[in-house]
Parts: sequence; C-alpha cells; structure tokens
Amino acid sequence: MRRGIIYQMNIPHRESLSIRGFEFGCEGGEHSCAIIGSLRGNEVQQAFVCATLVSLLERVERSGGIVDNKSILVVPCANPLSMNVRERFWPGDRADINRSFPGDEHGRSTERIAAALMRVARLFTYGIQLCSFNQPGDFLPHVRITRHGHISDESLGYAEEFALPYAVCREPTPFDTTTLNYVWQQCGTHAFSLYSRATDRIDTGSAKVVSDAVLRFLVARGVIRLGDGNDIGIGEAERTRLLCEADLVDVRTRRSAGFFVPAVGVGDRVRRGQRLGAVLSTGDARLLETLTTPDAGRVFFMRTDPLIQQHMVALRIAP
Amino acid sequence: MIQTVFSAALPMGESLVVSKNRIVGARKAGPRIAVVTGMHGDALAGQFVTFELARRLRERPGDLLGVVDIYPALNPLGLSSREHGVPQFDIDLDRTFPGNADGNLTEALAAAVLDDICGASACLVIHSSDAFVQELTQARIDEADPKVLVGIASQLNVRLVWVREPSAPLGSTLAHALNERGTPTLEIKMGSDVRVAENEASWLVEGILRMLEHLRAWSGPTILLPQPRVSDGSDVITLLSEEPGLFLPRAEHGSEVRPGQSIGIVVDALEGTVRHEVRSPCAGLLFALRTYPVVYPGSLVARVLEVPR
Repeated sequence: MRRGIIYQMNIPHRESLSIRGFEFGCEGGEHSCAIIGSLRGNEVQQAFVCATLVSLLERVERSGGIVDNKSILVVPCANPLSMNVRERFWPGDRADINRSFPGDEHGRSTERIAAALMRVARLFTYGIQLCSFNQPGDFLPHVRITRHGHISDESLGYAEEFALPYAVCREPTPFDTTTLNYVWQQCGTHAFSLYSRATDRIDTGSAKVVSDAVLRFLVARGVIRLGDGNDIGIGEAERTRLLCEADLVDVRTRRSAGFFVPAVGVGDRVRRGQRLGAVLSTGDARLLETLTTPDAGRVFFMRTDPLIQQHMVALRIAP
Repeated sequence: MIQTVFSAALPMGESLVVSKNRIVGARKAGPRIAVVTGMHGDALAGQFVTFELARRLRERPGDLLGVVDIYPALNPLGLSSREHGVPQFDIDLDRTFPGNADGNLTEALAAAVLDDICGASACLVIHSSDAFVQELTQARIDEADPKVLVGIASQLNVRLVWVREPSAPLGSTLAHALNERGTPTLEIKMGSDVRVAENEASWLVEGILRMLEHLRAWSGPTILLPQPRVSDGSDVITLLSEEPGLFLPRAEHGSEVRPGQSIGIVVDALEGTVRHEVRSPCAGLLFALRTYPVVYPGSLVARVLEVPR
C-alpha cells in the first residue's frame, strides 16, 4: 500500500486541507479501479466503507491477491475540512464539491478540489463512488448508473458483478451534469454509485454489504483474487435485478401530514394492496391516511423522519 | 387580490402556502407580467422590490393596462427561518424546475408555480446575491437566443445585462423552464443576501414600470436612465483570491477602476503580513465585490466589467 496526497490547499485559521489517497497493486501499472468516499461533510458511512476497504485491500495485497499489473486507488474522504466540523458543504462558500465537476484548477475552491480529483480519477477504467441520499430514509443497498450513452450501457452489463439486490438506471437531469459520476463517464470511466443504508451514522451491517460488493466486483473484473492466502470472507451474493428509476413505485401522502407510522421494514416483500403504514394526526393520533401499495414487490426505500408532509414519498416499492 | 398558487399540509397543523398578489389594471385584457422572488430564504432584496411595486401599482390603478402577478415568497419556510434551500429538503429550489406535479413536495411546488406563470407576456425572477459578494443590480440571461430578453432587460434601469453561455446545470432553473415554454423570463441579481438596499431596489422598481410600459401594460410616469452595458461575458473579469486569509477591500463597490488598481488585500491575522494583493488587470466597472472577509484559495473576490477598448 502506498499513501499519497492527492491535493493540498492552505486554509484560513486551520491546518492545510490534505486529500489522502491509498494505492494498491502495481505502481505505474494499469489504472484499474478508483474508489471515492465522502465528498460531503456528513457522509460518515461512506468514509467508513472506504476505510474498511483500505484495510481489506491491504490484506489482499499482502497475500499477493492483487492481479499483476493492476492498481486500485481509494480516496476515503475528499472533504475532510467539512467533515471535521460536520458541515455538509464546503465551509468557505457552502458550495457542493459534487456539483463542481469537472472542476477548474484555477477556479473556485471546490472546483480546484474537483479538478484535482478528476486529474487522478479519470485515468481509471472503473470508478466507484460511495454516495448519500438527500432525503432522510432507509433503503436497500444498491448500485446506480446514470445513463450516458454507450459507456453506461456497458456499465449496466457489469453492474450485476456487485451482486447487490438491485441495480438502478437513472436518466440524468441538467443538475446531474456536474457530478463526479456523470463527468467520470464523459472521461471514459465506467462509473458506479453505491448506496449504503446510512449517511451520518455508521451502520456496520450495510457497510459490510457494500464493501463485499466492491470486492466481488474487483474479483469479477480481474483486478484482485480472494482466497490465495487471505481469509477475507465475503457475504452471500444476491442475484441482481436491473430496474429503471421510473419502475420504482412511489407510495406517497396524498391528502395529509402528521406522524408517519410504518407497518413494514426495508427489504420486506409486500402484496398488492397491502397496508404499509399510516399518517396519524399530531393532535390526537387520529388516522388521517392509510398508505397502501398499488403493486406487489419489495420495500426499496422507507422514510425515517417520523414527521411527514403532504405530497411526500413515504415508501418506494421495487416491483 | 391574494391568491393561493400552491398549498401543502405540514405535520403540526400548518400549511406551506405559496401566494401571489394579482393586481388587475383598468384594461383587463392587457398583457400579464409576473414578478417572482423569495426562492432562497437567505436572499431578501426582492422582498422590498415586490412591496414597493405592489404599492406603486395600487397608487395608480388607472395606469395599469393589464395584469401584474407578484410572487414574493416561493420558499416561505426558508424565508421565515433564513435557510437558503427548503428546510428539511437540502435542496436548492431553483434547481428543481420544471418540477413534477406527482413528485415530492418541492417538485410539486415547482410544477405548480411553473404552471401558474406559464403564458405570461414576461416574467422577472429576482435573486439577491449570497452572503459573500455584493452585486450591482444586473440582468442575467442564460438562453441560446437572448435577443427578445435583451430588449426587455434594457428597460430595467440596471447597469449591466450579462448574457452568459447556457450551461447544463442552469437547465433546472425557473427562468430556463419558463423560457423553454415560451414565456420570456429574465433573472435579476442584486444586493447582498439578507440586506435590503431600499435605494437600489427602488431603482429596479422604476425599471419594472418602464418594462411594463415597453410591454404596453403601463401608461403612468416612468424615469429614463442610461442604457445598460450588454456583455456576452468575454469582458467580465473574475478575480479570485490565491491565498487564505482576511480580505480587506481597497476599492469601492460600483466604482470605475483603473488597470493595476488595488481591489483589496488578503492579510494574515496571525503573522501580521499581507499575503496577496488583488489588482484589476483592466479598466472597468467593479460590479461585484466580496463582503465576507474570510477567503480561501479560489474564493471570489471581485468581478470587473472591462471598458470596451
């Protein structure tokens, strides 16, 4: 393992920002896979998964499990400045690094960071980003691919190698065009966004699901070998179901707001018409709305905020 | 007449309500103009503009020859709690258009607002600058075919009309969504976050009345100011700090600066040294200047509109 500094920036009143990278495998060899963790200051779980992967890949490397001429880069945290003060965005101007790609080395602060990351990350054949979701909720770990022509079609073919229960394909909005995932694809890298169940807390169970998925992918892509003298156990692989984002069925509050009381959990299989939860009055706990699913499937997402507004998605069902 | 554009129940017995004030003139069949602000809860300059515009229109109802719809608060929860985005959603409302009537609350709100404004003869979306930089009042156009919009913007008593290259992320703004649907829409950038500069806002109101006159919706008195400079962006010089520290301005916001003139210095408060001096590379109008002193490498310090050579 080689430790390196990808980027440094002098910061007012604080020590310099240093973005650290951990490299494994052949120095100067084929740039096989880059794994990038938190870009935002609250993405603790994402940094945790990456730190776990650094530890696991070190064991793989020690046992000779990195395939000849392959190399892997892990950047657990690209925004330590925000993470140390638990601010989601860049403390200087509240900009979002994940809306600053491809960046500009002479531009605004977050553009400089994005450019420095991109300068390294674009060299790799595969790119994995550990992402967070902007709504308070729990969901099944899954891999997402943002559609971007031919390269994303190929990536969809590789997505099942993570062996997560779902791979979700998403059409980009204009707002997505400055994200790491989108720009990675523009540079010719097969980009995957991996979603764990947590963001600002550590969920060891789903962290293991995601780190196992990354190792499985690296094995399938011929980057590492497991079992040759290393005793790394990875969990059971699931058969991946490919979905388009539009296939997910939203169960929403249509006419009320109040306490959200779920009757199911994430991952549960549900029948068509099944009661999934209720909205109760915050004054007298009277039933205001029963939430039922129009389709059978598996609970893919469930809101965790106990208060819910009208017009909100409370659950999403993977049919 | 106060009308509800969108309403959604909140958990603790309150509704989020987006309202508009519809002011109908003497000739009801005249053009409909929309003036929109309050998209970001920490940007308040537009609040005074909508107050003053409604007051002026009410003063001379006989001179209004159409309908003016005033939307002062698209993000009422953010405005009441000084949050840039919609509280709890961690979302910039002006990156959610065209919205989705069947989507989450913010998407449904965006769709309802867009639907309500669509079909107007013109729309003005007023934004304050952020807490870091003060801006002279300017019109910004991010559309591929800016000709009609430049014509409207030239009436607005602004110092600058900045026609920028259309970029993909701006494809999610209200202005872009309206322009795409055939409603000519301009964005105004002015002031500095929560400060309400009544004088600047009053000049913009005079400009809006001139815009109404230009669109044959106003027959009252107007004030004629010099035409704004129209820039395609090639003469806008952006100056960034290259060092961290405390930025101390050495030029006046809104002034004409000379080539080489000091715009400000970045100092080190611990060592007592000047780390960096920011100078203007050209003669021009200093139309944006940093107000929040703490800077990082890459922090925006100033923008200068270069004098034509």
